[in-house]
Amino acid sequence: MRTMIQGGRIIDPARQMDVVADLFIAKGRIAGLGQPPDGFIADQVIAAHDRVVCPGLIDLCARLREPGQERKATIASESAAAAAGGITTLVCPPDTDPPIDEPAVVEWIRRRAKAAGQARVLTLGALTRRLRGERLAEMAALQDAGCVGVSDGGRPIANSRVLRRALEYAATFNLTVFLTPLDPDLGHGLAHEGQVAARLGLSGIPVAAETGSIARNLELVRDLGVRVHFGRLSSARAVDLIARAQADGLPVTADVAVHHLHLTEIDLIGFDSRCHVRPPLRSLRDKDALRAGVATGVLGAICSDHQPHEPDAKLAPFGDTEPGISGLDTLLALSLCLVRDEVLSLPAVIERLTWGPARILGLESGHLEVGAVADICIFDPAVEWRLEPGIIRSRGQNSPFAGWELQGRVVQTLLGGRTVFGD
Amino acid sequence: MSAAHIQLDRQGRLLHFLTVEGLTPRHLTEILDTAESLRGVAERRVKKLPTLHGKTVVNLFFEASTRTRTTFELAAKRLSADVLNLNIATSSAVKGESLLDTLRNIEAMQCDMFVVRHEQSGAAEFIAHHVKPHIAVLNAGDGRHAHPTQAMLDVFTIRRHKPDFPNLSVAIVGDILHSRVARSLIHALNILGAGEIRVIAPRTLLPAHIETLGVHAFHDPRQGLRDVDVVVMLRLQRERMEGALLPSEAEFFQRYGLTEERLALAKPDAIVMHPAPINRGVEIDSRVADGPQSVILEQVTNGIAVRMAIMSITLGHHARPTAENV
Repeated sequence: MRTMIQGGRIIDPARQMDVVADLFIAKGRIAGLGQPPDGFIADQVIAAHDRVVCPGLIDLCARLREPGQERKATIASESAAAAAGGITTLVCPPDTDPPIDEPAVVEWIRRRAKAAGQARVLTLGALTRRLRGERLAEMAALQDAGCVGVSDGGRPIANSRVLRRALEYAATFNLTVFLTPLDPDLGHGLAHEGQVAARLGLSGIPVAAETGSIARNLELVRDLGVRVHFGRLSSARAVDLIARAQADGLPVTADVAVHHLHLTEIDLIGFDSRCHVRPPLRSLRDKDALRAGVATGVLGAICSDHQPHEPDAKLAPFGDTEPGISGLDTLLALSLCLVRDEVLSLPAVIERLTWGPARILGLESGHLEVGAVADICIFDPAVEWRLEPGIIRSRGQNSPFAGWELQGRVVQTLLGGRTVFGD
Repeated sequence: MSAAHIQLDRQGRLLHFLTVEGLTPRHLTEILDTAESLRGVAERRVKKLPTLHGKTVVNLFFEASTRTRTTFELAAKRLSADVLNLNIATSSAVKGESLLDTLRNIEAMQCDMFVVRHEQSGAAEFIAHHVKPHIAVLNAGDGRHAHPTQAMLDVFTIRRHKPDFPNLSVAIVGDILHSRVARSLIHALNILGAGEIRVIAPRTLLPAHIETLGVHAFHDPRQGLRDVDVVVMLRLQRERMEGALLPSEAEFFQRYGLTEERLALAKPDAIVMHPAPINRGVEIDSRVADGPQSVILEQVTNGIAVRMAIMSITLGHHARPTAENV
């Protein structure tokens, strides 16, 4: 199948490219840009005038709920939602049930994802067995099975000795370690320890729950030189810590969930359980600092932190609900709102969604150079649309952005040159 | 910043009573004045009014509390309502059933009012969002969030003794962090224009940013109690020691307990209040609790009139059930 994408605005952040040109795809890979390769005859032509053509999005954190929580969602349901959202690569953290702590689970997920055929599903292996923070998982075997890194899977390791050894062991195999910066004891509450929590009577999670954990982990990185990625920062002080560590030359990266760039503690008023997330939504000042962190690149990726839930999971008093937002449908549009809000340029936003996460993962993809895998997102940047609850494609309808006016909409997604969304 | 939208109808009248926050002085004054007129009922030979005759009030308590439940029960009965008490302690036996399912079940019994107590902040609001429109919901305490009928009986008691709110200084002492009573009382006093509200506690028992509620925070009762008109002591739960918030009851009493010496720092005619049940020798000395300045038992008496007032006001604003919404 040979495809020509005609007349689109091609944005390829890996090469700082932003041109209107034709893109040629053959055998699932990029075959040419501007000029067709010799003898190229297109089987299909995709008209992309006034549309942006960019690498498919790479989402650093998406819970697909399979295996173990199929009542919430499945790999098939969520990879279809990803395709509709322009996302071609999903990174699945190891807190499935059973957790990704042995190669069989990795293999199982790979097969399910392949059968669904809508997106690439990459896995992070567990740092410790059963994610219990006690004994090391077989990280080398997990790496051989295809894990792109190892992680605490949202269950931070309390024991510093175990963590240090886990980092050291991971570094032996040149594995990147994906950590959740939250002190498990201090992070026990329901909401940011701020004026809203004081008013609503919700137990508070102080900023130090995040920064204390980051500070400890940075010191371990300083000792060991291991590559660590901090997922889902929520506070201004955390951005500061990472910025300083990067300035010191430590091999650390960080990301932010897109909802933290739009919501704050104020959105909890009325006990809106759709805004119950971990880490919690913090102050306006924190939100602004996170946006600035994305702009400077201290936060190298924006992710969905996708956590689909069945309706009942959110139908209870706030403290009895499960945390998390269904985010695949809105990752691109909410990120594009940052262009509208003049936080960063269109190419920079795309960088944080493609080449940025690709570099963090050490992937070959995330760019449009000739020879690269043709994972491509084509979107209309000008369309303004309203997120009606009924149109969320993820099985999880738990989005606090229902009713929001969003900017930019995916029209077509290609995975290895094959259309997985759009016509 | 409030749930005002769901507890008020389009004319701004109370449909539910979930939180004091967001209400106007008019709302609160209406409750206080109604309670004043109902206070005489208890002194009559027949202690009953026909106001809620034919109505069914359900006490839906997910957290055990005999005392509060009893005052609601008495208030409902004095208004001639039928009362059903359901203690649904969150035991393993009922864990399988969701709150919403419990609610639907009880709703099917054709009730008119739910009096709700739940361990989670926001539970009463959640219930009000999901009940049929003819049912009034009264919050009898949700987590650390609100206990609005307690706040109303507190300001009712204060008003009877100290009607000059603009010159009033109130100190609330103890476990503010976990206290729904404190949060609701702070809102009520601010809405009614109280001169000054102080909270007094060690830092572990004060929520961060408490000053944004419109209070002055003190850590030392020797400063905080000086020249106040009202001292409200809060109950200290024993769990606070295990949560590493306090070393011991003894040290708390030694630093913060209301003794006669400490009370002497307040105005000579200051009144002493407590939402009860009291821990003698932990937050309050017996001589103060039983002393001439204590109005603790009066609060209990007033609680019935205030709850009668809130019940009749909220139910009075509800449309009669029609064929569709029953």
